[in-house]
Amino acid sequence: MSKPKIHTSKHRRKPISDKIFKMGATLAGVYVLVMVALLVFQLFAESYPIWEEDGLSFITKTNWNAVEGRESFGALPYIVGTLTTSAIAMAIGVPLSIGIAMFISDAPAKIGGPLGFLVELLAAVPSVIYGLWGLFVFRIYFKDWIEMPLHEAFGDSIWLFSGTPFGLDILTASVILAIMIIPTVSAVSREVMKAVPQQQKEAAYMLGATKWEMFKLAVFPYSKTGLIGASILGLGRAVGETMAVTMLIGNATGNSAIPDSLFDSSQTMSSIIAIEFVEASPASLHLPALIGVALVLLLIAICINVVAHLLVTRMLKVKEGAINN
Amino acid sequence: MTTTNERRQEYRSLFKQNVEKRLVVDKIVRAIVFACVIIAIIPLGSILVEVFKNGIEAISIEFLTETPGAIGSGEGGIGPAIQGTLIIIGLSSLIGVPIGVMSGIYLAEYGDNKLAKQIRFFNDVFMEFPSIVLGIFAFLVIVLILGHFSVWAGAFALSLIMFPIVARTTEESLKMVPITYREAGHALGIKKWAITFRIVISAAKSGMITGILLSVSRIGGETAPLIMTILGSSQFFGGMDVPMDALPLRIWRLSLLPYDSAQLQGWGAALVLIIIILGINLAVRYYFASKKSKRGIFGRLIKKEEAQ
Repeated sequence: MSKPKIHTSKHRRKPISDKIFKMGATLAGVYVLVMVALLVFQLFAESYPIWEEDGLSFITKTNWNAVEGRESFGALPYIVGTLTTSAIAMAIGVPLSIGIAMFISDAPAKIGGPLGFLVELLAAVPSVIYGLWGLFVFRIYFKDWIEMPLHEAFGDSIWLFSGTPFGLDILTASVILAIMIIPTVSAVSREVMKAVPQQQKEAAYMLGATKWEMFKLAVFPYSKTGLIGASILGLGRAVGETMAVTMLIGNATGNSAIPDSLFDSSQTMSSIIAIEFVEASPASLHLPALIGVALVLLLIAICINVVAHLLVTRMLKVKEGAINN
Repeated sequence: MTTTNERRQEYRSLFKQNVEKRLVVDKIVRAIVFACVIIAIIPLGSILVEVFKNGIEAISIEFLTETPGAIGSGEGGIGPAIQGTLIIIGLSSLIGVPIGVMSGIYLAEYGDNKLAKQIRFFNDVFMEFPSIVLGIFAFLVIVLILGHFSVWAGAFALSLIMFPIVARTTEESLKMVPITYREAGHALGIKKWAITFRIVISAAKSGMITGILLSVSRIGGETAPLIMTILGSSQFFGGMDVPMDALPLRIWRLSLLPYDSAQLQGWGAALVLIIIILGINLAVRYYFASKKSKRGIFGRLIKKEEAQ
């Protein structure tokens, strides 16, 4: 009688090794939560001196001086720089990416496959190589063929194009950023467009729609949320991008980093960190100021990515629902 | 008074005009969309051509094996940088892969609760964190506390980029394994961890390796987190507590120098880096994509691409 009893209880109880296994897996899973919490806490704790000194005016001040005795740090120029470059990159990159996604999602697999693959290769190229290429190749052609004509044509009338183009400026950095976000945005857009039910497309064709009208009638309305999410995901990439921008934006500091025109050198949050971090002394306010910039950058990036993530997953959930029905 | 026939004529011409206009718009949009694709492909082509064209001039045995010479002399090579990149990739994988794989196992095997939902969400958000911020984090928790630049700090920073990617791909490939495999294991009385490691993972191996190698190719090109952790050096590896060089760092430093010879060496280093990264990328896609399809090299690459 007792034997089967032991037997069943043995089976009901989980073996020790399994408990350890589950605990290990859970710990590894929780690791990411710990890291996020620790990251935000550390950045805040280490940048505390600058918040104590300046309070919130740290993000509204514009001067930046690391000379001992005359230290003064304000992050506004870099926030402006990051937002400007990212906005221009979005304005150029997103329409291109959606165009690519339209072409690939619609083309026969024989053409669409290789093209999608090539566009994805753009994502595999390291950022520093974009920088190198931008610095020694792209900048020169871009200055001669695009910036100079723009300056000559509109330089006097539109302030955006005033200032002599030198190549190391906001516009060059933004265009490189635009190229770098194309793979992300087009890949997600393509996924989102694929999620549009075939019946919707066929219904549009049945009404006599041309291909473009089909996109307008069936694909865009259905995938709007997802496309916005994809673009915001690209924005997140652009905001955090460091090396290529650092190499091309001209690295101005302080007041002069607030751009007067598209052809003015500037600085982004990530590039000021890349340039000055190693030289900053932990004893002065310089290092806390840079860490403060990093904290602002992180918070902006988190907001952008959370929004993008929610939009994209909501869109893909709609798709699952549609299939089940 | 119009006859039926005339009215029919009129409608027909109206219809024709309407259709013609719409077809023209359609053609224009098609052209624009095609142009988008071309515009995106041009930079890729240009980057590859320039890197290969300029880089090949710099490459020689000495360039690949020697330490950098005096600044601006154009002598010496990028030996320490290549060595450093390989070391840092190895060390970060050592930290990042086990955590990522275990985290993926948790999400796939125990992942139907609220905690797992949170983890999944933060994993996805963490993946998009600016890499330079992760570098600062590693600087704060390792370099600042130890008091000197450290190879471990660099490896830690890169492992933070790596593990969410590995966790994500592991979860996805584990979920592809049919539930019946696990049930068969349970029926034989095998313990859960043994089922996971011996049965499920061996079935999901290729997907996991794909994810790991893609994350390796991602961190191999990272520069920003290395600036404040391993700093860069012109000597070969000299222990975990001294600065080390890496290819992306070396490219950046060379690009800042105002000499033609430094520029040439920069292209050479870029060529080596791009061969490593694109090599891993293409090899992974080729070998683990779909071994069944026999559509030639390119065909295999594409098939994987579609499956993603």
